[in-house]
Amino acid sequence: MTTTVEPLTPRTRRGAELMLLLLAIAIVLLAWVTTDLNRNGTVPANIIPIAGGFTALVLSVHLVLRWKAAYADPVLLPITTVLNGLGLVMIHRLDLAGGKLGTDGDAYRQIIWTTLAVALAVAVLFVLRDHRLLRRYTYVTMVVGFVLLLLPLVPGIGRTINGSQIWITVGPMNFQPGEFAKIALAIFFAGYLVQTRDVLSLAGRKVLGFTFPRGRDLGPILVAWVLALLVLVFQKDLGSALLFFGLFVAMLYVATERVSWIAIGLLLFAAAVAFALSAFTHFQKRVDLWLAPFSQDNLERSNQLANGLWGMASGGLTGTGLGAGRPYLTSFAESDFIFPSLGEELGLFGSVGIIVLYLLFCERGVRTALGVRDGFGKLLAIGLSFSVAFQLFIVIGGVTRVIPLTGLTTPFMSLGGSSLLANWVIMALLLRISDQARRPMPEIPVGVAADEPAPAEVTQVVRLT
Amino acid sequence: MNTPIRRLAVVIAALFTALLVASTVVQFTQAKSLNAMASNKRTLLDSYSRERGSIIVAGQAVAKSVPVQDQYRFLRTYPQDKLYAQTTGFYSYAVGAPYGLEHAADDLLSGDADTLFVRRMTDLITGRKTSGATIELTLDPKAQEAADKALGDNKGAVVALDPKTGAILAMVSHPSYDPNPLSSHDLNKAAKAWQALSTDKDKAYLNRTINGVYPPGSTFKVVTAAAALESGVVSDENSTVPGPPELDLPLTSTNLPNEDGRACGPGNETTLIHALEISCNTAFGSLGLELGGEKIRAQAAKFGFGDALQIPMRVSVSSVPADLNAPQAAQAAIGQYDVRATPLQMAMVAAGIANQGSVMTPYLIQSVRSANLDIIESTPDPVELSQAVSEQTASTLTKMMVSVVDNGSGARAQIDGVEVAGKTGTAQHDPGKPPHAWFISFAPATDPKVAVAVVVEDGGVTGSEIGGGRVAAPIAREVMEAVLSR
Repeated sequence: MTTTVEPLTPRTRRGAELMLLLLAIAIVLLAWVTTDLNRNGTVPANIIPIAGGFTALVLSVHLVLRWKAAYADPVLLPITTVLNGLGLVMIHRLDLAGGKLGTDGDAYRQIIWTTLAVALAVAVLFVLRDHRLLRRYTYVTMVVGFVLLLLPLVPGIGRTINGSQIWITVGPMNFQPGEFAKIALAIFFAGYLVQTRDVLSLAGRKVLGFTFPRGRDLGPILVAWVLALLVLVFQKDLGSALLFFGLFVAMLYVATERVSWIAIGLLLFAAAVAFALSAFTHFQKRVDLWLAPFSQDNLERSNQLANGLWGMASGGLTGTGLGAGRPYLTSFAESDFIFPSLGEELGLFGSVGIIVLYLLFCERGVRTALGVRDGFGKLLAIGLSFSVAFQLFIVIGGVTRVIPLTGLTTPFMSLGGSSLLANWVIMALLLRISDQARRPMPEIPVGVAADEPAPAEVTQVVRLT
Repeated sequence: MNTPIRRLAVVIAALFTALLVASTVVQFTQAKSLNAMASNKRTLLDSYSRERGSIIVAGQAVAKSVPVQDQYRFLRTYPQDKLYAQTTGFYSYAVGAPYGLEHAADDLLSGDADTLFVRRMTDLITGRKTSGATIELTLDPKAQEAADKALGDNKGAVVALDPKTGAILAMVSHPSYDPNPLSSHDLNKAAKAWQALSTDKDKAYLNRTINGVYPPGSTFKVVTAAAALESGVVSDENSTVPGPPELDLPLTSTNLPNEDGRACGPGNETTLIHALEISCNTAFGSLGLELGGEKIRAQAAKFGFGDALQIPMRVSVSSVPADLNAPQAAQAAIGQYDVRATPLQMAMVAAGIANQGSVMTPYLIQSVRSANLDIIESTPDPVELSQAVSEQTASTLTKMMVSVVDNGSGARAQIDGVEVAGKTGTAQHDPGKPPHAWFISFAPATDPKVAVAVVVEDGGVTGSEIGGGRVAAPIAREVMEAVLSR
């Protein structure tokens, strides 16, 4: 992360992406075959069409990138492929344990969602030629984001599943609009903050060495806070509320470079937590479960967290092997607890591998934010990367007892269409921004041109691509 | 904006570090303790799906795992039903393995014992399914069956030892129970069986041979006699000891009477050997007064009282109270006043005398074999627990105990052509109930092959030594005959 100025003659790196992509596909297929060998003793019968389809699917994204975003980051797509694939394998493995075969299986639906998600990502790459176009829709995305966020509260279409009212029903399908609200809000925050950052970062009073903002500039953060509180109180969704508010504070900090915003954000967060703990037994129980997941009372109330931990522990260092453990003993093993499910069968080595893949994903996002030249792009890239990292921290931290458990999906892995679609769109946006970040500038900058009179090299690069 | 982006990247790295640390803690640091939690269903399923080792008596499995087609893969069965129930315990999906060898030798049976480490490693490398070790017991099926049959419907316990090695030859506790319903994979059935067993008013789950603690009554007079001989209070079996109808106890208004209210010999005196033959309370009470509590306690300790043994099941500790005053010492000398002994402990007393004063450490496991019958560990050479009395004292006590069977209260233990040594006992425990009937013995007296202790709960007749001789002695005889006829 030391280079901020791109070299004059960048390589597209599409070849490296292809190699990584083939490796990613190999890992996923190996995992799938291992699962079936362990469970049934046979190689899956439909391996040729499904493996072929999966390969064609991700390779098509690769080809679109060659065509439409040649300088896009080469690591994001392979990582997404592995994570999505391993999620599919685990869902398929839980289908086998539950006797849900063929088109009855969750894996079948997840494959369809994956296909749609890839199609949506490709569409984003086609339609969105430059991420800066999104800035035009700053206030449209604000409205869209708020509406999506509050949609589950609308009577008639909002639905409560497992205690949280974060779903809507449209026809035969259930959606979690919050997943898309995340993207809309990230775009809105980026557009809004890029406009107002000067005011928010310069004006203020100095107290104890920190420059605190003027009272009237507190408006935006208070609006974000109230919105998060609404989600918290009416949708009973601590995880989403924390994610939105954390995303806003992080982007605000990046836009203004002011630590005081973080301090204010933490204070507001603490106030919200104190309020939630005193007002809702629901949250008290969560904290109690977090502190003592193995007490007899808590095991009787909910053994989900304990079961996930026991699953991970039974995997140990090397894991039981795919298909050879008992992840099905944990409820929501295919959604909120998919990470413990994989940890049980792949062991600590597998868990670390998965976390490191996510870390690499976010690191590529950060690198994109550093590399892209416009402020909007920087904010959007860091916002999207941080939202993935923070969401992952909330859900995996929840199942490994770093923080109390709050339901959120694991990006790319959890069963569920909304999450999959939204995260593929995030990846497509990051690809688009990274293409802008790494693409050589149309005209040679003056300073650089003076230092390096090397037109021959430039033409060379053009010829190679 | 690049500076705050870099700082935020550090925050992201910190978040991920927290996740990496937490995963490592769960899957590595705490994995063992998480796996060991009682309510962890995975661990239980794991041990179920592994082939548990068998428990073998004389080549026949008395507990074994048979493959079945359900999620647990192996069903634990006990082919002999009730006969070995308290020895094996049971292995239940509903309640685990709280009793017997299934509990005490679980790490061997499951294959988790440290001694099986090398095997587990080779299993891991060769991909062979790890299975538990097979345990071969010292029990003699003939002795076990004879004891079971002879004890019949009585509540009580029979334990037989090889005096020369300490090997346990028979271990029977009544009432018994059938472990098979408890290990059933039909969880309702198992839970119901457990409900019935755990609330059983006769405590069928209790292995009375090692966990039943009883007042030993007159059988304890052998220990008092040993203490008297060892300390020189008397010189041999023909030494004269007092034998009045009633012994006046100092410090109290109560006296210690003989059960029949008569003197034990002419002139209120008798010999030591006769006192044991007729189980004279006043004679041993006065020896108790003369010896004092500490000497009795010390002698008992040499026979194993106060030791916490594991065979590998935990044996309840037998005890003689400390700091006895004179009247308490007199009571203790005849096996009353809070003296408590397990049947195994009293069998060890008999075995120690039989084995020239040397008490061997009792054991139940003959050898441990891997699934393919390689011996992993065979029991090392017999281990002496202690030299309880001198050879001289042992032979005097043997003479006296032979006389008890030949001429005294233990006549029903006589075996044709074999010299049997024994001692009856009747132990009061509850004024409203008949006393417990005891018998300890060994045979043949000159070259002992078996030592036995029998207790029949509430089997005696109040105010008489008849109980031990009439009820318990024949049971001991059946067991000794079964061993000697091998």
